[in-house]
Amino acid sequence: MSVLDSKTPKGPIKDQWTNHKNHINVVNPANKRSIDVIVVGTGLAGGAAAASLAEMGYKVKAFCFQDSPRRAHSIAAQGGINAAKNYQNDGDSTYRLFYDTVKGGDYRSRESNVYRLAEVSANIIDQCVAQGVPFAREYGGLLDNRSFGGVLVSRTFYAKGQTGQQLLLGAYSAMNRQIGKGKIEMFNRHEMLDVVVVDGKARGIIARDLVTGKLERHGAHAVVVATGGYGNVFFLSTNAMGSNATAAWKIHKKGAYFANPCYTQIHPTCIPRSGDYQSKLTLMSESLRNDGRIWVPKNIADVEAIRAGKKSPTELSEDERDYYLERRYPAFGNLVPRDVASRAAKERCDAGYGVNKTGEAVYLDFKSAIERYGKEAATVHGEKNASHERIIELGAAVIKSKYGNLFQMYEKIVDQNPYKTPMMIYPAVHYTMGGIWVDYNLMTTIPGCYAAGEANFSDHGANRLGASALMQGLADGYFVLPYTMGDYLADEIRTGPIATDSKEFDEAEKNVSGTIERLMNIKGTKSVDHFHKELGKVMWNNVGMARNAKGLEEAQEQIRKIREEFWKDVRIPGDMNELNTELEKAIRVADFLELGELFAKDALHRNESCGGHFREESVEVGGEQSGEAKRDDENFKYVAAWEWTGDPKTSVLHKEELEFNDIELKQRSYK
Amino acid sequence: MSELGMNLTLKIWRQKDAKAKGKMETYKVTEISEHMSFLEMLDVLNEQLINTGQEPVAFDHDCREGICGMCSLYINGEAHGPDRGVTTCQLHMRMFYNNDTIYIEPFRAKAFPVVKDLIVDRSSFDRIQHAGGFISVNTSGNTQDANSLPIPKLDADKAFDAATCIGCGACVATCKNASAMLYVSAKVSQFALLPQGKIEAKDRVLNMVEQMDKEGFGNCTNTGACEVECPKGISLENIARMNSEYLKASLVREK
Ligand SMILES: Cc1cc2nc3c(=O)[nH]c(=O)nc-3n(C[C@H](O)[C@H](O)[C@H](O)COP(=O)(O)OP(=O)(O)OC[C@H]3O[C@@H](n4cnc5c(N)ncnc54)[C@H](O)[C@@H]3O)c2cc1C
Ligand code: SF4
Ligand code: FES
Repeated sequence: MSVLDSKTPKGPIKDQWTNHKNHINVVNPANKRSIDVIVVGTGLAGGAAAASLAEMGYKVKAFCFQDSPRRAHSIAAQGGINAAKNYQNDGDSTYRLFYDTVKGGDYRSRESNVYRLAEVSANIIDQCVAQGVPFAREYGGLLDNRSFGGVLVSRTFYAKGQTGQQLLLGAYSAMNRQIGKGKIEMFNRHEMLDVVVVDGKARGIIARDLVTGKLERHGAHAVVVATGGYGNVFFLSTNAMGSNATAAWKIHKKGAYFANPCYTQIHPTCIPRSGDYQSKLTLMSESLRNDGRIWVPKNIADVEAIRAGKKSPTELSEDERDYYLERRYPAFGNLVPRDVASRAAKERCDAGYGVNKTGEAVYLDFKSAIERYGKEAATVHGEKNASHERIIELGAAVIKSKYGNLFQMYEKIVDQNPYKTPMMIYPAVHYTMGGIWVDYNLMTTIPGCYAAGEANFSDHGANRLGASALMQGLADGYFVLPYTMGDYLADEIRTGPIATDSKEFDEAEKNVSGTIERLMNIKGTKSVDHFHKELGKVMWNNVGMARNAKGLEEAQEQIRKIREEFWKDVRIPGDMNELNTELEKAIRVADFLELGELFAKDALHRNESCGGHFREESVEVGGEQSGEAKRDDENFKYVAAWEWTGDPKTSVLHKEELEFNDIELKQRSYK
Repeated sequence: MSELGMNLTLKIWRQKDAKAKGKMETYKVTEISEHMSFLEMLDVLNEQLINTGQEPVAFDHDCREGICGMCSLYINGEAHGPDRGVTTCQLHMRMFYNNDTIYIEPFRAKAFPVVKDLIVDRSSFDRIQHAGGFISVNTSGNTQDANSLPIPKLDADKAFDAATCIGCGACVATCKNASAMLYVSAKVSQFALLPQGKIEAKDRVLNMVEQMDKEGFGNCTNTGACEVECPKGISLENIARMNSEYLKASLVREK
């Protein structure tokens, strides 16, 4: 048997999950009390898993590096969460959500997993409402929906621009209930630095207490890694500052295959960078594309006048504007998927039409929507002869009720009023579809070690649709792991507590302390951030929105050099036995410096364009689709899962062939 | 202001660990752009400290977009600094002038002990939530259909407004009594306004308030300073609602 057995259940896709649940092993309640589970990460995936597993009776230890589980990066998600509820009666169904997700992912995901995701999506909304998550509602008291990119139905549930916050606080409250009962032991300000494997099974972790600097051993019968994505390998991204790949990378080095590292989502609507000191980029939610229209000037003369501050965008008439998404993709317009929208923005900016000083910005304009909503509101209020000003006032109020916090965020950062002048936006790294390879049970290639949420590779193929990450995180945590882990843990009821004084724990701890000592002893001349920024530059320039063979070869070479320099010349002040934020960063950047190389290597090997991975060598020539990305199903219809062998240069490729039985492979057209 | 940006004097609280005695230290930074965020300005300082062989200033932060509640800082005597409706990470240097002296201290309260430099321990906030900040519903997949429980939009919106508290602790740091009433009342209100939350409402408010007192937060004397400094605009109305919930609950608590 190949190690890449996806364990996909047999039978028709719509029955697979139900049949699977009916046939997997269950642990009896009395035995659950003697089984320990470690959950690393308290975002939507980890938080939901920890709470659910504790409710079921397992003894759970949960870890996060922030000072509270409530601060996991999921908190920052803005726009919404998808679910096939069909509340709007617009023809939505499990199948349609499944279809949209597979198509949106450019046919690079595993059908069975995606179908299950669509199937449990409706339960998520029920669960969250029962927990008291205050989703947006209509005047009739029922739940409201909005649309997101890449789909033709309205299935996104939201809580203003703070959906992730509200969902995470829901999971956090479920955790709190279990922490209060003593069923979850919570370890805040702790960072997992290795997994311990005993006789081929994951048996615990080594974690560093970030306040005291002490290393700790924690044993368990299973380990869940729900530590989020690795977008910060680019240095600048919309991820939180602390988001990192370390836990995922450590399990990779202990035997978990890493799948499709090159699948990265570059989000089209982020606030453009303003200077070298920039520490992160801020997303403007995709939901804004429901009401905002994207454009650049048609004439270069106008571009120059705007850049020179001689003209304001509001002075340009309709026919002086190029609404390039509406022009190129009439069917989906401003709601094309993210990868398509990002490349289109890059195309216009590369052609010289970027509207700010750096030449890397396009407009997102709410004028039409404000007028449209204003007219509607005037009619509703019975103001037949409302003046233009009154209409604008009414319309702006509607926009404010939908996106108020995003507009405020924008104004605070850019110092311009987006109700009056169009927003400026540019693509930025946002999400990583790639991640730890998992089977249908979300188990990695290390038995007993699971990966959930953004940390795994599973459901989004080569491109993720908006509002689907929150759905996946909660599906994994609330509805998948609690069942599938039972199947594995049923065999562990006689194992007894996991001893942490074994030679495997000794060795793992020694390795971690050895790495930390080595880092501290370099005493070089440059800060951690210096190296992280260097890495980010290579990644963005050569492994970003458009990639080619030459650039990818160079990137691997350059990353190796930066890594060597880092290990010779990084300077980490302070002591290892205390709270040391530079040391924390150094450990993470050391891992990014290896991951980055594998990332470029994966991008080089995948000589096709699919989803967020765009190879300049692989584009359509001629016809209606000319210039669009060209997928190569004959040669690349597989998941690339990499095995660690000691150096990214020698990592070994394994393939999981993808089968499409329920969806026909087609070119992804949004024209 | 010149193109080159601002020159600033920073007076920053330095404290090696929880036990050490801290003190204010003085630093200079130059060429600070008005477009930088306050934390990016501190990044510049830290880079400078590292390059000159000194220890960088430790401060909490993560999302840097005003939502995780991790950043704190008492800047020139105000929690989250001089701007309104923002967290420290959203504060921009355009709020300051060339040659300003800026005082930067940790959030101070008995229930928020300093961990290092500007980092404080806010786990007391979590413990209050463990005491009752939840609705007791298991994950099952069999909860009733979400739309079988319509909720008036106004209530849902108000519950949402209360639920936007980010748990930063600015309300405590600002209050002369170091009271956590605004923070606790936000959670109590969110659930009190929703039908799902009603069943456990009485125990919730009593238990959360009891834990709040145990943690050593002070009493509320209605000065309203918390509402002014709260980056999320959590309203004093929530405190009034909690007081009335508390009163109702204490009257009927079974002995
Ligand atoms: C700005 C922004 C907006 C977004 N908006 C949306 C949206 O509207 N809809 C949508 O569907 N998706 C959205 N996404 C994507 C989505 O938010 C994330 O993919 C998702 O929240 C990830 O959840 P997670 O549980 O996998 O991980 P995270 O929420 O990233 O949590 C990771 C957890 O792991 C912990 N951790 C990490 N490493 C370690 C370690 N070594 N040791 C211990 N703990 C560790 C962290 O402390 C944290 O608790 C958005 C993303 C961003 C950046
Ligand atoms: S009430 Fe306001 S100030 Fe207090 S913790 Fe919540 S968000 Fe922060
Ligand atoms: S860093 Fe998240 S709120 Fe400031």
